[in-house]
Amino acid sequence: MYNKMSLNFLSLSENEAFARNVIAMFSLSINPTLNEISDVKTAVSEAVTNAIVHGYPDTVGSIDVEAEIQDDILHIIIRDYGVGINNVEEVLEPFYTTKPEEERSGMGFTIMKNFMDKVTVESKINKGTIVKMTKTFKK
Amino acid sequence: MKIKYQRLGGDTYIYLNGELDECSASKTREIIDDIISKPLVKNKVIFNFSSVTFMDSTGIGMLIGRYKKLKSKGVPIYIQNPSSEADKILEISGLYKIMPKI
Repeated sequence: MYNKMSLNFLSLSENEAFARNVIAMFSLSINPTLNEISDVKTAVSEAVTNAIVHGYPDTVGSIDVEAEIQDDILHIIIRDYGVGINNVEEVLEPFYTTKPEEERSGMGFTIMKNFMDKVTVESKINKGTIVKMTKTFKK
Repeated sequence: MKIKYQRLGGDTYIYLNGELDECSASKTREIIDDIISKPLVKNKVIFNFSSVTFMDSTGIGMLIGRYKKLKSKGVPIYIQNPSSEADKILEISGLYKIMPKI
């Protein structure tokens, strides 16, 4: 089975629930367990929140979410065109945050890595950030 | 996010109902701070997470912020009956070390 979707929306926090629920609905054809659905929703929410809060700190910009199903594997790409990340290795560290004054936990990527099988981050300053995540659903 | 609270035997129970994400966090923070800033809050504060249907790391940041506020008053926090969605993220983040699950 092969399927593909894409979604574009503005970097407003109101769109977080929309994005994670669309991906959850899209992945239903793989017959996921409730726990797997919950994991995907949380990981998507983390990446979209990062794009909104850190990608576009002072502006409203565009966020693309793409998802692809290949048999029992779900691929998700979340892309923003915002400020980018200076040091990707650093942001992948647990508890690393650039905004402690806003009570940010710095756990976003740690959670993505825990809830998905594979997470990669590509970023260029002032060009944006691409987060790619993959999860294989158990049979 | 709907928030209710009650005081039982000197402890304050705060019931969260709904999705805890970036979108709902600031309002949730405001309501909880209003509840916990009352002078009657001095024993335990117990967050009931049984009706939290979604939670991400924004919720962790919010809880750590409340923990710091209450710690300065000497008030411990506990998490009661978390939903499976909330439980996994609370466990992975290590939050139960500072706010035990009951």
